[in-house]
Amino acid sequence: MDASPLTLHGLSVEGVNQCVHCGLCLAYCPTFSVLGTEMDSPRGRIFLVKSLAEGRMSLSDSTVRHLSLCLDCRACETVCPAGVPYGQLIEAAKAEIERQRPGGPVRRIFRWLNFGLLLGHPRLLALAASGARLYQASGLQRLARRSGLIRRLPGTLPAWDALLPTVPSKAERAAPPRLTPAEGPRRARVALLTGCVQSVVFGAHNRATARVLAKNGCDVVVPDGQGCCGALNAHGGDHARALAMARSTIDTFEAAGVEAVIVNTSGCGAHMKAYGHLLADDPAYAARAKRFVASVQDLAEFLAREPLRGPLSPVPLTCTYHDPCHVVHGQKIKSEPRQLLAQIPGLRLVELAESDWCCGSAGIYNLTQPEMATRLLHRKVGHVLATQAEALVTANPGCILQIQAGLSAHDAKVNVLHLVEILDRAYGGHGGSRR
Amino acid sequence: MTLTASGKRDLRQELEAILGPGAVLSDPDELLVYESDGLTLFRALADFVVFPTSAEHVSAIVKLANREKLPFVARGAGTGLSGGCLPTEGGIVISLMRMNRVLEVDYDNQIAVVEPGLVNLHLSWKVGPRGYYYAPDPSSQQACTIGGNIANNSGGPHTLKYGVTTNHVLGLEVVMPDGEVVWLGGKTRDACGYDLAGVFVGSEGTFGIATKIVVRILKKPQAVKTVLAVFDEIDRASEAVSAVIGRGLVPAAMEMIDHLTIQAVEDAFGCGYPRDAAAALLIELDGLAVGMEAQAERIVAACRETGAREIRTARTESERLLLWKGRKSAFGAYGRISPAYMVMDGVIPRTKLPYVLHRVNEIVAAAGLRVGNVFHAGDGNLHPNLLYDPRKPGDEARVVAAGAEIMKVCAEVGGSISGEHGIGLEKSDFMPFIFSAADLAFMHRLKSAFNPTGLCNPGKIFPTKKSCGEVGPVAYRPHPIEEKGLAQRF
Repeated sequence: MDASPLTLHGLSVEGVNQCVHCGLCLAYCPTFSVLGTEMDSPRGRIFLVKSLAEGRMSLSDSTVRHLSLCLDCRACETVCPAGVPYGQLIEAAKAEIERQRPGGPVRRIFRWLNFGLLLGHPRLLALAASGARLYQASGLQRLARRSGLIRRLPGTLPAWDALLPTVPSKAERAAPPRLTPAEGPRRARVALLTGCVQSVVFGAHNRATARVLAKNGCDVVVPDGQGCCGALNAHGGDHARALAMARSTIDTFEAAGVEAVIVNTSGCGAHMKAYGHLLADDPAYAARAKRFVASVQDLAEFLAREPLRGPLSPVPLTCTYHDPCHVVHGQKIKSEPRQLLAQIPGLRLVELAESDWCCGSAGIYNLTQPEMATRLLHRKVGHVLATQAEALVTANPGCILQIQAGLSAHDAKVNVLHLVEILDRAYGGHGGSRR
Repeated sequence: MTLTASGKRDLRQELEAILGPGAVLSDPDELLVYESDGLTLFRALADFVVFPTSAEHVSAIVKLANREKLPFVARGAGTGLSGGCLPTEGGIVISLMRMNRVLEVDYDNQIAVVEPGLVNLHLSWKVGPRGYYYAPDPSSQQACTIGGNIANNSGGPHTLKYGVTTNHVLGLEVVMPDGEVVWLGGKTRDACGYDLAGVFVGSEGTFGIATKIVVRILKKPQAVKTVLAVFDEIDRASEAVSAVIGRGLVPAAMEMIDHLTIQAVEDAFGCGYPRDAAAALLIELDGLAVGMEAQAERIVAACRETGAREIRTARTESERLLLWKGRKSAFGAYGRISPAYMVMDGVIPRTKLPYVLHRVNEIVAAAGLRVGNVFHAGDGNLHPNLLYDPRKPGDEARVVAAGAEIMKVCAEVGGSISGEHGIGLEKSDFMPFIFSAADLAFMHRLKSAFNPTGLCNPGKIFPTKKSCGEVGPVAYRPHPIEEKGLAQRF
């Protein structure tokens, strides 16, 4: 038999051979737990990817369906004793699906519009945000929905409209200052990734992040010209553009001359920490990527290295914490956010059942796989309500939007907050939230 | 029998009529995922995989299979290690993963009624908040199902004190191989009549398909103490096992983990096993807090006297859980150091441990393979894991041959060829090592009483005539005397 490394169109999937088929991942996979079908389990999908790479099968409709149904939440990686790099495998598989099945012109234009144009060009994204704001604030969205016009749009467009987050005003979307100077004894000079979706929908979280970091002794710089890190592209099978975005992100942050690059979103942090793998075959970037990866830190990971600096004012709330997948599974950060919350006076933290289960947001999964996303959301909302917490704290824009939508559908009066909003409140800020 | 394309289409329609949409698989690419269980050395393809949600569903499927003379086999999470749930002759795989509810818990009488697709650990999670747990704890308990545990009469580390699955099952609702639904045993401790629940547990899916299971749940022990005894020689560790038991001490669990396995689990989760040890014994005591320290001291003394270089005690619950996580993930962790493994499941008298481990090493070395040992030392249940690369020509055949030799050694010292993983496909040819022709003929007769047509999970347990070096199930070819109706294949 051929023992050369397995690839899918040049992307290594050699990691499939690390799977010894023990099946310990099965019960931790959200889609397998819902469906009970092994093609929708990590072990099954690894087997499908392996069979594709070995040429045992071609990419059939059913295989596309099962691989596409993967959330890429990477819960399986956390429990895998064999260390299968599942995230890499599923990204390679999704890239292969895109290569073989680019779809019709409407889909292609739509993907180009999102992955190429909007995510690739921060200015255009800002412009689109203004457009969306106008569409929503003018009442056009309400009209389109009420008249039923929306439902007649092709493809998944109606779903996109339904999930289009409320875009705040331009002032609310403002980026943090280019430099927020440290308060008290200086701890580090750090740079902040403002993100693509994050900067448009949750600009306030970025400003709060800068404030909280400054309170903890950091000079916080926000490099100009930073774009999307490429996570959404990579997860969506758009490998080539993801590479370009990774290079450009490295360029931007290298120039900032900082000790750490702080990320307050889940998918971006996990993806940026994987640049080393992504650019391993790029002679100009491989070594730089490794250095860059060493500097990337999730906000909670960075802050929890030292006790929070005081004074902290009480935040009298009963909270529960939802672990974003790419923080807990992608970056193995679980205790840090809880440690931070525990330091806030007056705050009571109750554990959430299945706190490290995907809420169904998963990047753009709630748009591409609305049915499964909804089932997982219901499960999540049920657990949140069972805690009787006043606020759900998490650390990722996608989760915030998804869980908020789920809770509103239940008329539940539970606030959904980013971790940094709570910290900012404890420092006397307004929490950065528009809610 | 081989299904024609149109026959297959018709059958699919009938199955869908029974089960509704989204519960029947027949696409070859989807069936491929079901070709193996946890033992990838054996592969076989089904014609259908179906997902019932009730005993009525299972019964209807089984009746349809009987009408069509199609073989059928139940499957849980597919974590089995003997190929026991493979459809060796095609036919229908009945996946029980959508029958995974806890139907009833009676805390006062300490029983639970569950469906077969329930994950073992999920039962303990369910009853845990009230202070109870389900005792049988196979290492794969985070994924394997209670139904699969029933089939294989699974054990686990705590078997030493608490017994195996059969000691915890009071009754079962079973769809018999002809589709009839019956109850074996019940909810009380002392069922009258034949102990049919006892006969059914461990029958590896050849006596029917359990659809409801009444199990005992136990009160969690008041106190637990876990120590790790570290050895520089594996023989000393083996001697310690006998020394502990010989002094009349009964730990809840006593597990051996060898040098190579320690490397794998430390790579995986950094569990706290010393990497330079030749072997370690993970020993757990549980029960009343009173007297536990004294018992622990006697165990520690026995380990020291036999040559333990170091004794560590888990100081916190998280340290304890981490040690167990390492032990229970060991098989999967071999993926860190090898692309595949085959785990053996021999049982031997404890006193023979040093001899047998030496023989295992010799056999494996002669075959040019590597072996990792992690096993239930307290009850002499060995798990040599033969590491190999399926892409290397000849490796699979060498593994099968070495495995057979190891089984022979276990049989020669008065042991058995399976502790808990079942005979399945993998060990069916080793049955004559420990059973006489008369023994096997009697088992045949028992099987015929439950499963007269042989359609329910065929090709398992009983020896086939294939040679030991042959890998994978052999296609079924009826013998001329079978065709004449003079003999029947089981």
